[in-house]
Amino acid sequence: MNHLPVLIPITLLFSAFFIPLAGFVKRELAFVIALAGVFLSLLFSAAGLFTVITAGEIRYHLGGWPPPVGIEYALDGLSAFMATVVTSVGTLVLVYSRRSILREVPERFVPMYALLMLLLAGLCGIIVTADLFNLFVFLEIASLSAYALMAVGDERGSLASFRYLMLGSIAGSFYVLGVGFLYFSTGSLNMADVAQLLPAVHHSRAVVAAVILIFTGLGLKMALFPLHLWLPDVYTYAPSAVSGLIAPLMTKVAAYAIVRMSLTVFQPHYLHDVLPVTPVIAWLGAAGILYGSIMAIAQSDFRRMLAYSSVSQIGYIGLGIGLANPLGLIGALLHILNHAFMKACLFLVAGSIRFRTGRWKVSSFAGLGRKMPWTMAAFTVAALSMVGIPPAAGFFSKWYLLLGGIDRGNWFFVATILLSSLLTAVYFFRVLEQVYAVHSREPSTPVIPSDPPASMLLPTVILGVGVLVLGLLNSVIVSRILEPVAAALK
Amino acid sequence: MMRFAMNYYDLMTAALLVIGLYGMVGKRNLLKKVIGMNIFQTAIFLFFIQGGTKPGATVPVWDPRIASEAAGYINPLPHVLILTAIVVSVATTGVALALLITIYRRYGSLEEATILERMRKSS
Amino acid sequence: MRGRLHNPIVEGVSSFLVPFIQIFALYVITHGHYGPGGGFQGGVILAASMMLLRLTLGEEYEHRTFSPKLAGIVAAVGILIYAFAGLVPLAWGGNFLDYAHLPIPGLSSAELRYHGILIVETGVGMVVWGTLVTLFDHLIGSEP
Repeated sequence: MNHLPVLIPITLLFSAFFIPLAGFVKRELAFVIALAGVFLSLLFSAAGLFTVITAGEIRYHLGGWPPPVGIEYALDGLSAFMATVVTSVGTLVLVYSRRSILREVPERFVPMYALLMLLLAGLCGIIVTADLFNLFVFLEIASLSAYALMAVGDERGSLASFRYLMLGSIAGSFYVLGVGFLYFSTGSLNMADVAQLLPAVHHSRAVVAAVILIFTGLGLKMALFPLHLWLPDVYTYAPSAVSGLIAPLMTKVAAYAIVRMSLTVFQPHYLHDVLPVTPVIAWLGAAGILYGSIMAIAQSDFRRMLAYSSVSQIGYIGLGIGLANPLGLIGALLHILNHAFMKACLFLVAGSIRFRTGRWKVSSFAGLGRKMPWTMAAFTVAALSMVGIPPAAGFFSKWYLLLGGIDRGNWFFVATILLSSLLTAVYFFRVLEQVYAVHSREPSTPVIPSDPPASMLLPTVILGVGVLVLGLLNSVIVSRILEPVAAALK
Repeated sequence: MMRFAMNYYDLMTAALLVIGLYGMVGKRNLLKKVIGMNIFQTAIFLFFIQGGTKPGATVPVWDPRIASEAAGYINPLPHVLILTAIVVSVATTGVALALLITIYRRYGSLEEATILERMRKSS
Repeated sequence: MRGRLHNPIVEGVSSFLVPFIQIFALYVITHGHYGPGGGFQGGVILAASMMLLRLTLGEEYEHRTFSPKLAGIVAAVGILIYAFAGLVPLAWGGNFLDYAHLPIPGLSSAELRYHGILIVETGVGMVVWGTLVTLFDHLIGSEP
């Protein structure tokens, strides 16, 4: 089926269009259409991944016009992998979202699902497109949906979302300015075409400016240190289902865009030898790792702690991209997959705690290990994976990053990765101690917290089990999917 | 001499970019930040359109009496790209204004300092 | 939104101008693919005519003729037109948005693409029209 590249974002887009119409008729239909749309997109992504592994990449010309005249969509190893990650996490979080949204923002049930589907459509569009300007359009679709979604609910969310809007539109504008410089230097907007035409104009100032602008814009969307300032407020004040969807996915898709720019458009040789872009990304990534871990230790709000932890994990991915060798890139891509599952699980746990007890301060989590056993078990698995304890998935991605750092001969990076694992252990074990070892000192409340209902508990547990499964299967993932991608770096 | 003509537009683009950035970052009123964002995006539109011009070429509407081959018309692709970017800018401004209305209804002011102070008091 | 004084000059001039504005908007939509214009521009002009009427004649009058619900329906129909222009070629053997495979009999491939562009421009115009009027109603107006 060679229509797969376009079907992945189109199913999500059209379900976003039908949800308001169906929601007029009956409110529950909105959820059914959303779930059907994202599940269908997951099937298409999995089919695409299978096709790419067995048969090779799929190239699709929109409107029948061949590139460089027309817009092209491409499914190769990297994009099929990312599409599967995004749609699988999206399906699980969408199943979770129904009870959570009904509890937190019930009057906005139908618009929330339309916006969630638009967000997923934008993310999938970024992944499958092979045209520079089309990436900007989908990036803005996803960003606008995120701005709107994060402002629903908590009133402090509106100001946080406004700040994110300001910074995000600067980022998008920088990206489009960079694309403009590239277009006027090479005359084409197609990624593969630009890669061919670029070596002729390598040293012109326009191309150097384009590189700086594009990487700054995408780096801000990715929340690479020090461009991460919008992230903590936004993750803290968004509704639980929304942060459960945006935190694992949005920044990772921006990281994918950076990888795509590095591998396909600006060849890795140019970015490492001619312009020192990748070393800068690596150092910023290392700084982000340490900064995020240290700030996370200082937080008392559980979700804010998870937000700073995200800054730290994005630093890992930046470090992996910046190392510019195959092991580092495999580590970064594997970490994208692992972190999506781990962070989704963690934010869903935070939402479940909020659902049952309404609390968000870590110091008030005492004794929850006994009252919400399954949720806390999933949390434990995810926390151990974040620290990097085998056989959970986090250990393997950090292992590849360590190997990449040793390969590069940079011992500072190796030390950073090891040190940050210790720091991660500090703030996660503090939560685990509260949950399991401290007895609750409060009088028995009229509502005894227990595990959340099945529609919320099941995705949390599946994500937790998924973290373990990904850890055990990591060699298969690396050898079949990721190594062919990283072979371009040799 | 072409460089000089290009420099004129480049100067305008740079000036508008800086004015827009100053509006977004330096002003304390949230609505002025939105206006700064609009000026910033307008600068980018100007940059794209002026990049497609050629000396002595006419608007890209096919008229065999004026010019019969492609070199006689300016490049229409940046115009199409800017159309899309204008739509994105309108949508972003719409979302920003909706957020401002929410903030105003809750905090009663659009000045950043006042909002932060009221936020601190209420939490 | 409307002042307490009814000014006959304002009301008369705007009621007289609006049909011409709308015809100009239709001209812009249909001449978009070989002149300046297109779906987005024409849709904005159509929405501007509605906004002019809302500002001068008052919302109670305007909501009877072009209600917010009708604006939503217009936007939805516009999106459906675009969606079908994109999906129908998929079923008829072409790629997404490949107008040459639209099932209109008796036209050559180039003419099919020409008419396909007109169809999607109409769809886009309707979407923009409905969306901008809805935005205006929610941000500024007060719904009855």
